[in-house]
Amino acid sequence: MKLKVLSLLAALSIVAGCETPSEGTGSTAGSGDAATSSSGGTAPAPAAVPGSQQDFVVNVGDRVFFGTNKADLNSESISTLKKQAAWMTKHNGVNLVIEGHCDERGTTEYNLGLGERRANAVKDYLISVGVAASRVKTISYGKSRPAVPGSTDWAWSQNRRSVSLVKGVSAN
Amino acid sequence: MKNIMNRLTFWIASKIFLAFTFYSFFACAEVRIDITRGVVSPIPVAITEFYGSSMQERQVGADIAQVITSDLESSGLFKPVDKKAFLQQPESLNSKIEFNDWRVINAQALVSGNVKRQDDGRLRVEFRLWDVVAETQMTGLAYFTKTDNWRRVSHIIADAIYKRITGETGIFDTRIVYIAESGPQTRRITRLAIMDQDGANQRFLTDGQALVLTPRFSPTTQEITYLSFFNDAPRVYLFNIETGRQEILGTFKGMTFAPRFTPDGNEVLMSHAENGNSDIYLMDLRTRRARRITRHPAIDTSPSASPDGKRIVFNSDRGGSPQIYIMSRSDSDAKRISFGKGRYSTPVWSPRGDLIAFTRQYKGRFFIGVMRPDGSGERMLSESFLDEGPTWSPNGRVLMFFRKKRTERGGGGGESYIFSVDLTGHNLRRVVTPGEAAHPAWSPLLP
Repeated sequence: MKLKVLSLLAALSIVAGCETPSEGTGSTAGSGDAATSSSGGTAPAPAAVPGSQQDFVVNVGDRVFFGTNKADLNSESISTLKKQAAWMTKHNGVNLVIEGHCDERGTTEYNLGLGERRANAVKDYLISVGVAASRVKTISYGKSRPAVPGSTDWAWSQNRRSVSLVKGVSAN
Repeated sequence: MKNIMNRLTFWIASKIFLAFTFYSFFACAEVRIDITRGVVSPIPVAITEFYGSSMQERQVGADIAQVITSDLESSGLFKPVDKKAFLQQPESLNSKIEFNDWRVINAQALVSGNVKRQDDGRLRVEFRLWDVVAETQMTGLAYFTKTDNWRRVSHIIADAIYKRITGETGIFDTRIVYIAESGPQTRRITRLAIMDQDGANQRFLTDGQALVLTPRFSPTTQEITYLSFFNDAPRVYLFNIETGRQEILGTFKGMTFAPRFTPDGNEVLMSHAENGNSDIYLMDLRTRRARRITRHPAIDTSPSASPDGKRIVFNSDRGGSPQIYIMSRSDSDAKRISFGKGRYSTPVWSPRGDLIAFTRQYKGRFFIGVMRPDGSGERMLSESFLDEGPTWSPNGRVLMFFRKKRTERGGGGGESYIFSVDLTGHNLRRVVTPGEAAHPAWSPLLP
C-alpha cells in the first residue's frame, strides 16, 4: 500500500518536471472546461477561451436581428457589429461565416434570397469598418434553421437574424 | 432510359386493342364528366376484381382492382360502388354482362378484366370499361407485363378510364418527388424522397446529412434538379434517379437556388445569389452555359417558363414586396401581373399554359391560388396558416402543395404534409407519405 502511494507520487513529480509551466496551465484549463460542461453541475461557468466561438458569443454577441422582410441594420445591430469587427482585429487568425436566416412567414425560395441579403448586409458592414473581405463568408439558410421554435411574433423576431460563426483558431 | 424500359417491360397490344374496342359514339346517355365545371357529382363506378383461372391470377386481379379503385376514388370524380353490393360474379362477366344487375346497384360505369399468366411467365392483363346505362363498351385494352409490374399496369388502366370518361389525359401513372422531413424544427433532417403518386414504392434518394430543398422533375428524363447544402455550399444539383449519380449545375461563385426545368427539358432556370443580390439565370444543359436573364438589385427568384418556353414568370420584390412578374426570355423587360392584396410568390406555369399557380400571403394566412398569365381571373384554392409551393399534375387539372401547421412555443406542432386539390378548389386531401413531407413536385406521365 505504502509502496504504491510512493510510486504514484514519484510518477507525478516526473511528469511535472517535464512540462513547461505555461503549457501546463493552458492544457489544465482546457480539460477543466470539458469536465465542468459535461458534469453539468453547480460549478461556476468557465471563462471562455479568448478567440473562441464561446468568447465571441459571451463577450461580443454573435447575432443581429432584422425587421420583417428587411435587411437593414439598426443602431443596436451596428453596435454589435462594431464589437464583432474590433474582436476580429484582436483575433487575427479567425474568420467568420455569417449565416442569414428568416422567419417562417415567407416562401422557402424568397427567404433564401432574403437570408442572403441579410448575411451580406452584415458582411458589408464588417468590411466597411475594417475587417478584410477575405475573412468573411456568407451562407443563407432562409427559413430552414430557426433558432427558436414557435409560431409567435417573439419567435419570429428571434429567427430573423444573422449569426456570425467563428472559424479557425486565434493566433493571439 | 433503357433501364426503365427493361424494368417496366410492357407492351400495349394495339392489335388486341382494336379487336376489343367497340366505341359507342352514338349512345345518347354516355357516361361523361365535364371536369371544368365547379361542382362535379362523382360518377358511381363498379370496379370488379379481375378474373383469373388460378388462385394466383385471381389474387393479382383483386390487387389490380384495388389500385384502380383507390386511384379513381382519389380524383374525386368517381365514386366506387361497394363491392359487397355486386350481384354478378367476375367470371360470368366474360360470357355476358347482366347490365340490369349493375343498374340495380346504381353503377353508371363498370370495369371488368382478366389476368392470364403466359407461357413465358409474363401476365396478360386486359380490361373493359362499360357504359351500364347505354349497355355498351366504352373502351378496352390489353397489356403484357412482368408480374411485379402489376401496380404500374393498374395505374395505366386507371388513366385509360379517367381519360375515356373525362376527356383529359390521366394523372395516375406518375410519381412525386418531395422532401421528407423529421426531427425538431431547429435541426430539421431533410431527405430527398420519391414515391408513386398514390404513396407506393417509397424511396429515399439522399441520406439526410445535408439540408435539401425544392426538388423538381425533368419533363423529359428521369432526372431531378434540387437544392442541396452539401458541404455547407448551397448549390443546385442535377440528380439521375436511375443511376443515383449527381452533379452541381454550373460553376457559380455563391449560392444557386430555386431551380426548375424548362418544359422542353433542355434548360434549367435558377436563381444565383451573390453579394446580397439574387438574379435569375438560364442554363443550357447541353452546353452547360448559363445566361443571366434578370439584372436587378431586387431578389429575383422562383422562375418558371411557359409551355412554349418563350416567357418566364418569376417572383421579385423590386416593387417593395414580393410579387409576380412576367418577362419574355429574350427581353428583360418585366411586367408585374399580381395586383391582389398581400404578397405573391412561387409562380408555376400550368402545363396547359392557361394558368399560373402561386403562393399568396395575406393577413397572416397563406393561400394557394391560380391566375391567368395576364393577372386576371385570380382564384384561391386553399388557405391555412402556411400553404406553399404548388406543383401541377401533368394534365393541369390538379395541384399539390405542402401545408405546415403552427409550431408551439415548446417546439411541438409544426408538422408538414403534402396536400392535393382540384383546380376547381374541390377535393382537398392529404397525400399519403410515411412521415412528414414538403416541397412536392409532380412528374410527367411516365414514359
